[in-house]
Amino acid sequence: MTHGTEKTADLVIVGGGIHGCSAAMFAAQRGLDVIVVEKDTVARHSSGVNAGGVRRLGRHFAEVPISQKSMEIWYDLPDMVEDDCGFQVAPQIKVAENAEELEKLAARARTLRGMGFEHEVILDHKEIREHLPAVADHVVGGLGSLTDGFAQPYQTTFAISRRARRDGARIFEGQTVTSVRKDGADWIVETAETRYRAPKVLNCAGAWAGKLAGSLGEHAPVEAVAPMMLVTARLPHFCDAVVGATGRPLSFKQMPNGTVVIGGGRRGRADTSDDLSEMLFPELRLTAETAMDLFPIMRGATIVRSWSGVEGRMPDDIPVIGMSGKHEGLYHAFGFSMHGFQMGPGVGSLMAELIATGATQAPIAPFSITRFA
Amino acid sequence: MTMMDSNTPHACDLAVIGAGPAGMAAAVTASKAGLSVVVLDEGEAPGGQIYRDIERTTPRRSAVLGEDYVAGGALAKALREADLTYLPRSTVWNISTERLIDFSRDGGSSQLQANYILVATGAVERPCPIPGWTKTGVTTVGALQILLKSAGIVEESAVLAGSGPLLWLVAKQMVDAGAPPVAVVETTPAGRMQAALPHLFGALKGHRYLSKGLKLLRAVKAAGVPVYSAATDLEVTGETAATGLRFTSKGKQHLVSANHIALHQGVVPNQQVTRMLRCEHRWDASQACFRPVTDARGLTSFENVYTAGDGAGIMGAVSAALQGRLAALDIATKLGKSAPERADRLEAALARDGAVRPFLEALYAPATAFVLPADGVTVCRCEEITAGAIREAVDLGAPGPNQVKSFLRTGMGPCQGRVCGLVVASIINERRKTQMDETGYFRIRPPLKPLQLSELANFKPLEKLEP
Repeated sequence: MTHGTEKTADLVIVGGGIHGCSAAMFAAQRGLDVIVVEKDTVARHSSGVNAGGVRRLGRHFAEVPISQKSMEIWYDLPDMVEDDCGFQVAPQIKVAENAEELEKLAARARTLRGMGFEHEVILDHKEIREHLPAVADHVVGGLGSLTDGFAQPYQTTFAISRRARRDGARIFEGQTVTSVRKDGADWIVETAETRYRAPKVLNCAGAWAGKLAGSLGEHAPVEAVAPMMLVTARLPHFCDAVVGATGRPLSFKQMPNGTVVIGGGRRGRADTSDDLSEMLFPELRLTAETAMDLFPIMRGATIVRSWSGVEGRMPDDIPVIGMSGKHEGLYHAFGFSMHGFQMGPGVGSLMAELIATGATQAPIAPFSITRFA
Repeated sequence: MTMMDSNTPHACDLAVIGAGPAGMAAAVTASKAGLSVVVLDEGEAPGGQIYRDIERTTPRRSAVLGEDYVAGGALAKALREADLTYLPRSTVWNISTERLIDFSRDGGSSQLQANYILVATGAVERPCPIPGWTKTGVTTVGALQILLKSAGIVEESAVLAGSGPLLWLVAKQMVDAGAPPVAVVETTPAGRMQAALPHLFGALKGHRYLSKGLKLLRAVKAAGVPVYSAATDLEVTGETAATGLRFTSKGKQHLVSANHIALHQGVVPNQQVTRMLRCEHRWDASQACFRPVTDARGLTSFENVYTAGDGAGIMGAVSAALQGRLAALDIATKLGKSAPERADRLEAALARDGAVRPFLEALYAPATAFVLPADGVTVCRCEEITAGAIREAVDLGAPGPNQVKSFLRTGMGPCQGRVCGLVVASIINERRKTQMDETGYFRIRPPLKPLQLSELANFKPLEKLEP
């Protein structure tokens, strides 16, 4: 293959989602010369089309410290990227529909306190109605993380990419990586258009990252999934919090403009070969029912949009974060399993630290790719 | 005909979406060929927009609406008499890649498995973004005509402004109904007739349309309706409700007072279904719109999905019915049935009927101001986004309509992009100095039409096909 150009850098990041763009921004701020290669456009897939929850609530215990660190960055993110990102601090609440569910939530809060984290608190029958006046009568309480929030996913990722560019990162869109290989001390990242050369490569390729890792002999069983979201026409303001359920899948929030975004775990059809995802409405019957059960006002709601995007999911539902188990100068951050948006800035920051300095204080051992070796 | 409620079929050879001229004609021909046919239509009765309420028209309304409207009655009658399943009040809101159609009817939703699909969803009016077009009292000429067809209501004291055959047709119908428009403000730019003249010879084959058009013009003028030509700088006056239309014509500024302003810049294919199915579309420079790429029989790039009528490109009602029949014949042949009529005659008729189009398209192409409005003009009315905001998003680096949509929410409101889509794409295209085929269009996601959450909760998918 002939190439018109070769471009060199300190770090080539494959994937222009929130993880790739955040890592590019923080690495550039550390003085690294960074190139991002994105096969579509920035935030084309799950970074641009997720539900926008900036959520610490209910995370896998191993993720909690990174999620906490990320939350601190989120509060400053609008200033950092000079865009409001549609970010608003708001409670995230999981409702309990019976005593058994409430006890399950209480046990989780106790465990977290034992680990030294106080952000998740139990809300009783009265307290939950202070946060959710429109909640259905049968709801007995819930678990809340009161200073989480939500943001506009495309706006946020696009803003981070622009900040990264201003910090010196070069982002090339519409270029598909065809191969990654070693050439002496350097990595060569090939696309049909250009050859990129750098001593370090970061794999942030989301649903496509398993294929990239596999091509370098590292097994990472990424499953492409398509979380589905419904959006209603504007309703009168009735809910400030982002709401989930305990016994059945749901994520639910009313945006500042009055529309309600309903999602929550049910999946459409994802296809990484043509980058497409498809809604499967029979799967959403129960989602519609749950939303109407928990918020009676939703009985009069009208769905005007839906979307799904292609996302990478790991079999244990936690991401791959850290150094390659096999190659010097290769790093991974992918497989966020439908809950990576909030972690974007935090993981970007720690990956930049790890790549620039060779180490990070963040507890990333549970996320090593070697767990699949 | 069969009208099944408890016994609605779950599968069919051909599902026809839309019961306008293309859909009705196709369904009748396909059923004559022996195919099992289901027609899904949003209306209460067959006819589509062009023949809306054709079965309930009164002699007086027929006199006002004219013979071209009355001609739809025969198609509706044939549909009623054909051996097929006609499901009015049905809203198709999704179609899967396996041609499983999700639709709502009477408060619930169900599914239909179609071997072939004919998309006959017709046209939508081209958006007319001018300063003040979102004020109360501003509507489209098409919407005025719908009132006239379905309720016999004529809007008193309305100004009709814009360009295209429908403008004159509705003006004449209002004259005949005894409520002539306050004024007709034509925005066809000066010099367009010269541009259209080279197409006139070809158009003479369609002289019926030309003479009809001239008759309309003369009748409106003879009724004493003030007509302003080559109008520019249109602006609706008034605080929140329209009080009049200001514009410049022949170097002079005018203000016509009226509480109803009806705008029109022609019609364009309704792309929602074919876009949702990701059929290939191409920009048609002559019609200034996207249209699905099809073969001569209407087959799109999506397996077994056809399109006919204005949804395939604007050709009008007569061509729509011919295209519908041709598509039905092609599908029948593929299913091994013998054709109930001759395709070559339909093709000849189609060529004759379409002869007038290049002339009309050259004459009535929308003026630049309507395609590329000034920065201050609202383009997306659902989310109140101006042309200037779209240009800023492009300057920030948003490369196409879908990124602008994610960034600004243009096309995310209740109209789902149906109103603003072409203008948003055109603005981006002009700002990036690229080609419309490269700029592309919004990705259309289900539901195709707003869907009650309760209709989704009451969804009854086909059990054998559940994942």
